Amino acid sequence: MTDQTSPVAILGAGVMGTGIAVLLLGCGIPVTLIDIDEARLAEAGANVSRQLRLSQLMGQMPPGACSGGMTTTTDMGRVADAQAVIEAVTERLEAKSAALASATAAVDPGTLVVSNTSAIPIDELAGFTTHPEDVVGIHFMNPPYLIRTVELIAGPRSAATALKQAEDLLSTLGCTPVLVGDGPGFVINRILQWAINEAARIVQSGVATPDAVDALFTGCLGHRTGPLATADIIGLDNVADSLTVLLERTGDEGYRPCELLLEKVAVGERGRKSGRGFFDYEGAR
Amino acid sequence: MSTPTDHIIGADEVRADLAHFIERQTKAPVTTNLDLFASGLISSLFAMELIVYVEGTFGVSVQGDDLKLNNFRTIDAICALVIGLRGNRCG
Repeated sequence: MTDQTSPVAILGAGVMGTGIAVLLLGCGIPVTLIDIDEARLAEAGANVSRQLRLSQLMGQMPPGACSGGMTTTTDMGRVADAQAVIEAVTERLEAKSAALASATAAVDPGTLVVSNTSAIPIDELAGFTTHPEDVVGIHFMNPPYLIRTVELIAGPRSAATALKQAEDLLSTLGCTPVLVGDGPGFVINRILQWAINEAARIVQSGVATPDAVDALFTGCLGHRTGPLATADIIGLDNVADSLTVLLERTGDEGYRPCELLLEKVAVGERGRKSGRGFFDYEGAR
Repeated sequence: MSTPTDHIIGADEVRADLAHFIERQTKAPVTTNLDLFASGLISSLFAMELIVYVEGTFGVSVQGDDLKLNNFRTIDAICALVIGLRGNRCG
């Protein structure tokens, strides 16, 4: 189960799935990257190579780390030989529950199953799996190979052995976990998603520009980027989905995605990955 | 058949092009010896945009041991890297 030569299976080849793949590959762990979208898988190799180079440039990975240890497939059966499964699909319950149900049907009991959910409670997701005790949450930040502190979430049914497996894996990846309990958005997103939404409402109402909002957070509070540049890094579609998850589970209207945010998603301004969000990213992403 | 990156380019041309690109992206004036990372102008994510730009504009590929921040710390450093890589490529 802890054999270093067995791959880690990642479900979802989006921003987080490929970022987590970079972290694993850079640390010498092979990756099986699974997605239902062939076109997205076709782009994953180049995407992972580009991010591996960035991680090397920033001194986060040894030179020579390459994407050769990655296999891409649409076949969920390939999770069978994985030492662990990390779910990183779209932040919607139906997508996550379907991926988790089908993956856990194919792995041995006792195999670590991780969800990288932004906001859906771990116990809710564990309810869709064959062995809820094997499921824990690890909330990686984007990009995971540059931000090595993660939120480790213990659900009420997460077994101590599963948490230990997760801690061992994170140690191999050079990540520092902060252990927290379960609940919508856990700690980071319960606060951050609300703050992003409020920042967007401030821009929408004309009180301040995106530059002004972020300049206050970086200049006055020492935040690295400010809430709106952070939203662009996360992806505005993911922000809107996460806010909806939080609104549905808390009833707190502060989480209702504001119009400006929804308009940006509707016109394809999804943040850094699409070249524009609250800010412009001309040229490369 | 010549491509935009095939002609002989000088260091001054490289420096001027880089300064133009960085000033446009960061909306801040730069000098060629300014530490772009220490000054806070360039974040880790902008660093990747810079590499992609440098490779696309000057027809070079930055790999292996060249992938380090010191090669991208100042416009002068990037210029030296570009001139070196183009020289190597032409033998």
